Amino acid sequence: MNKNTAEVVIIGGGIIGCATAYYLAKAGVTDVVVVERNYLSSGSTGRCGAGVRQQWGLKMNCLLAKESIRAFETLNEELDTGFDIEFKQKGYLMLAYNEKMVEQYKKNVALQQSLDIPVKLITPDEAKEIVPHLNTDGLLAATFCPTDGHINPFTATISYAEAAKRLGVRVMTYTEVTGIEVENNKVVAVNTSNGKIHTNKVFNASGGYSREVGAMAGVELPTHPERHQILVTEPVARLQDPMVISLQHGFYCQQTPHGSFVMGFGDPNELKEHVVTSSWNFMEEMAEKVLPVLPPLAELRVVRQWAGLYNMSPDAQPILGEMPNLQGFFNAVGFSGHGFMLAPVTGMLMAELMSGQEPHLDIKPLSIERFEKGELLREPSVV
Amino acid sequence: MADKDVIICRCEDLTREEVRKLIEAGFTTIEEIKRVSRCGMGPCQGRTCHQLLVREIASITGQSAEEIAPAVARPPIKGVKLGTLLKEAESHE
Ligand SMILES: Cc1cc2nc3c(=O)[nH]c(=O)nc-3n(C[C@H](O)[C@H](O)[C@H](O)COP(=O)(O)OP(=O)(O)OC[C@H]3O[C@@H](n4cnc5c(N)ncnc54)[C@H](O)[C@@H]3O)c2cc1C
Repeated sequence: MNKNTAEVVIIGGGIIGCATAYYLAKAGVTDVVVVERNYLSSGSTGRCGAGVRQQWGLKMNCLLAKESIRAFETLNEELDTGFDIEFKQKGYLMLAYNEKMVEQYKKNVALQQSLDIPVKLITPDEAKEIVPHLNTDGLLAATFCPTDGHINPFTATISYAEAAKRLGVRVMTYTEVTGIEVENNKVVAVNTSNGKIHTNKVFNASGGYSREVGAMAGVELPTHPERHQILVTEPVARLQDPMVISLQHGFYCQQTPHGSFVMGFGDPNELKEHVVTSSWNFMEEMAEKVLPVLPPLAELRVVRQWAGLYNMSPDAQPILGEMPNLQGFFNAVGFSGHGFMLAPVTGMLMAELMSGQEPHLDIKPLSIERFEKGELLREPSVV
Repeated sequence: MADKDVIICRCEDLTREEVRKLIEAGFTTIEEIKRVSRCGMGPCQGRTCHQLLVREIASITGQSAEEIAPAVARPPIKGVKLGTLLKEAESHE
C-alpha cells in the first residue's frame, strides 16, 4: 500500500508539518507524505499554550501573526472536518510594570496600528474592566488587542491533517525518519523505520528535533531545544476572557472555552535538553508569579502539569526556507516558543516555496544566511 | 442501554457512542483519543474512564487489553489548589 516515492516528504506531524501538508495539497501538490515518529501533535504542538497574538515588536512578526490569525478565524469552515479548533478570540492583555516596558509598548502599539492591528495602549483601570479579577497594584499600563486569542492545538493539527488527507496526502504515524540520503548536494531519499521513500524535496518540520534531523542530511542548524513547563486547572465557570501576559513576571495565563485555566512561565534557567518531564517547583513558582496578579485563581485546583520543548534559534526567530548548498532541503524550524501562532502563514509560504512559486511575503530576512551575515532579528516581546 | 446513554468519561461527559466513533475514525490509542476528546483529562485524571476506554479500543481494534499502551500519568496525582502551592512555596523561603 505504501508507495515508495513522493514529491515532498514532510518530517514531523506537528502544526507546522500538518498545515504545510494541507497548503501544499491545496496548491495541487498532493503527492506528499507526512512522517511522524509518534502520533500527530505529540511534540511541542500538543504541549503548547496555543496562544495567538499580533502584539509583536518586529514588523515581520506582526505581519506573519496577523495573516495567521485571519486564517485561523475561518479555519473551521475552510477545513470542514467536523473538528472545532476552539478559537477563543477574546484578546491578549499585555501588562507593563516599568517605564522601560511602557516605552517599548508605546513603540509596539504605533507599529502595530500602522499595520492595521486593532491594538490600544490602556490604563490599569481599563485593564481591570477587561479582566475584573486583575490586581492592578504596581501596574503602569497595558496593551490590549481584541482579535488575539488562543486555540485548541490538538484539534487544529488534526483538522489540517484530515483536510490534507482528504486531498490525497499520506500520513504515516509511528514512523521515524532515521536518515536522509544526499547525492551531489541534492536530497534523493528519506529512510524511515517503515522503509525508504525516494524524493527530491524534504521538509524539516521536526520542532525540538530540528538540529538532529538537519544532521541526518549533513546540515548544521543553529537550533537547540529548551524545556518549558505548563499546567492546567480543573474547569470552572467563565471568568477570564483574554489571555493575560506579563513579560515582567514572564507568565501567560488563559481560560480555555472548556473552562480550565492553562498557564506557564519562561524560566531562563530551564534545561536545554530533550527533556519533557516536569518539576515540582514549577507549580509553586507558577503560583508565586500568577497569584499576586490574578488573586482569585488561588481557589483553582491544578489537575495536570507537563512540559514541552521550545526549538530555539540564536535570535529567537524562526528559520524559514531552502538550505543553501543542499537542493531540496527545506526548513521551518527554530520558532523559539511562538510557532503555533505562525503555522498558517508558515504553511502557505513553505507550500509556495516547495511548489516553485515566489512566496507572497518576503521571507529572506528569515533565511538561515542571516546568522552568517550577522543580520540577526531582535524581537523585544518574547516570553 | 444505548451507546449514546453510556458514559465513558464522567468528568467530560463523553459517551460510548462518541468514543466508538473516534476509534472507528482511526484514533486508536489512548493518547490520541485523550487529545481529541479530553477523555481522562478532567479532575479525576482518568481513574474511572481509563479501563473503560481500554476495553472499547480492544473490542474495536481486536487488540488485547495488555497490548494497549496506558496514558502517561502526569503530576499532581490529586488536584491541588494554587493557593496551597503558594503557601508551600512561602513556607520554604
Ligand atoms: C509550554 C509551551 C508553550 C507554548 N506556547 C505557545 C503559544 O502560546 N503560542 C505559540 O504560538 N507557540 C507556543 N509554543 C511553541 C509551539 O509549541 C511550537 O512553536 C510549535 O508547536 C512548533 O510546531 P512544529 O510542528 O514545528 O513542532 P512539533 O509540534 O514539535 O512537531 C514536530 C514533530 O516532529 C516529530 N519528529 C521529530 N523527529 C522526528 C523523526 N526523526 N522522525 C519522525 N518524526 C519526528 C516529533 O515527534 C513532533 O511531533 C509553546 C511551546 C511550549 C513547549
